[in-house]
Amino acid sequence: MSRRRDDYETSMAFRFLQWLNGESDTLSRNMEAREAIVRPEETFEAEAAQKKAYGEELSRLSAENADKRAVLRARGIRYFQRFYKVMSVILCIGIILVLLWTVAALPPTGGADNPANNEVAARYIEKGLQETGAVNIVTGMILDYRAFDTFGESCVLFIASCCVLVLLRLDADSKDESVRKMIAESDDRLFEPKNDVVLQKCACVLVPIILIFGIYIVLNGHLSPGGGFSGGAVLGSGLILYLNAYGYEKMSRMFTEKIYKRTTLCALTFYCLAKSYSFFTGANHLESGIPTGTPGAILSSGLILPLNICVGLVVACTMYVFYTLFRKGGM
Amino acid sequence: MAVINHLLFNIEETAAVILFGVGFTILLLHRNLIKKILGMNIMDTATYLFLASKGYITGRAVPIVVDGGQEVSAYINPVPSGLVLTGIVVSVSTTALMLSLTIRLYERYHSLDLDEILILAKEEEQS
Repeated sequence: MSRRRDDYETSMAFRFLQWLNGESDTLSRNMEAREAIVRPEETFEAEAAQKKAYGEELSRLSAENADKRAVLRARGIRYFQRFYKVMSVILCIGIILVLLWTVAALPPTGGADNPANNEVAARYIEKGLQETGAVNIVTGMILDYRAFDTFGESCVLFIASCCVLVLLRLDADSKDESVRKMIAESDDRLFEPKNDVVLQKCACVLVPIILIFGIYIVLNGHLSPGGGFSGGAVLGSGLILYLNAYGYEKMSRMFTEKIYKRTTLCALTFYCLAKSYSFFTGANHLESGIPTGTPGAILSSGLILPLNICVGLVVACTMYVFYTLFRKGGM
Repeated sequence: MAVINHLLFNIEETAAVILFGVGFTILLLHRNLIKKILGMNIMDTATYLFLASKGYITGRAVPIVVDGGQEVSAYINPVPSGLVLTGIVVSVSTTALMLSLTIRLYERYHSLDLDEILILAKEEEQS
């Protein structure tokens, strides 16, 4: 349900005219236009004025006392800041010099005999294709030999989205007056031109292409550069573009919080179980029954394709959820 | 002179280290929390550049097998590429977390200046 705004005083056109005539700033009512905090010269008058603006507790103290304290504090802060700046510049220059000195002692870039190019990398290149079935050796490495590391990465993303959810979510059923006010404020589509034709027509063309491209990157992770993480990011950006063009109401037909929870949970659980199985059979020299297929075919390289899809789903959901949480504190 | 010659020869690593220093300086010297996060991201990028240049071998191809050729001498080192991927994911997560914490701090103290926030928090504690 969108609120209708038909009174002329608050309409876009009226505000645009006002802005044209130079009477007011259009943005001043709707957007947060914060005055720049000027603090380079911390004279104590400025400090005292600031304190007056902020401190309710300072008003309890006598004016004389407050003045004295403000003078002392301003002087202390000034000295500390000067000291801090000098010390941090010295520290930074020191760190850069030490690191440059280290770089000067490193072996030359691009040399084939560098200690970094040891038998581990050689083994991945020599045996990777036979053991994992993936043409892309990097994908074979991160989703087969080091699959639990990648599982940890997906979990890091999931946990980060949970933390952002905890920090930024506004409860829609809250009885609290202030939370209700924040929800109303964060519904920013009230202030935007609804159903922007240019954006919608562009999104009409672009969103399917972006989504298909993302799916292509995810599915071809074991054949070409790409994989779950990059493809998932492309998918997430497609979803964000769709949301911007058509709004939450249409978006909720295909992506809701429930779908986010289920998709992420299923993907992570499947990843964990599948990889546990393959590691268990591998460590005990059992036949895992997962075919590696012919290298280069789309249905090859065993578990890598489903794992890539799982990672792609988690990343796409996380990107989209980050965006919605930062924008309005909910899905 | 030998040192400078070597630094110029290792130009990617030198650039990475200088970028790292720039990011660290921003992290220390700016009081605006958003700028601190930007500095952190510059440091992340410097790390990726360093890792990528460590894995590069002159004249070799990306580690994607074409036509079944699997000689070690044909491909670059695949390990740093995997590490860069891990780094990017962790960097995205930490950036999102830091930004959301900044939003909460701003909602509470109406300031992005770290010193101001600290002073306000201290006053709040004392009262």
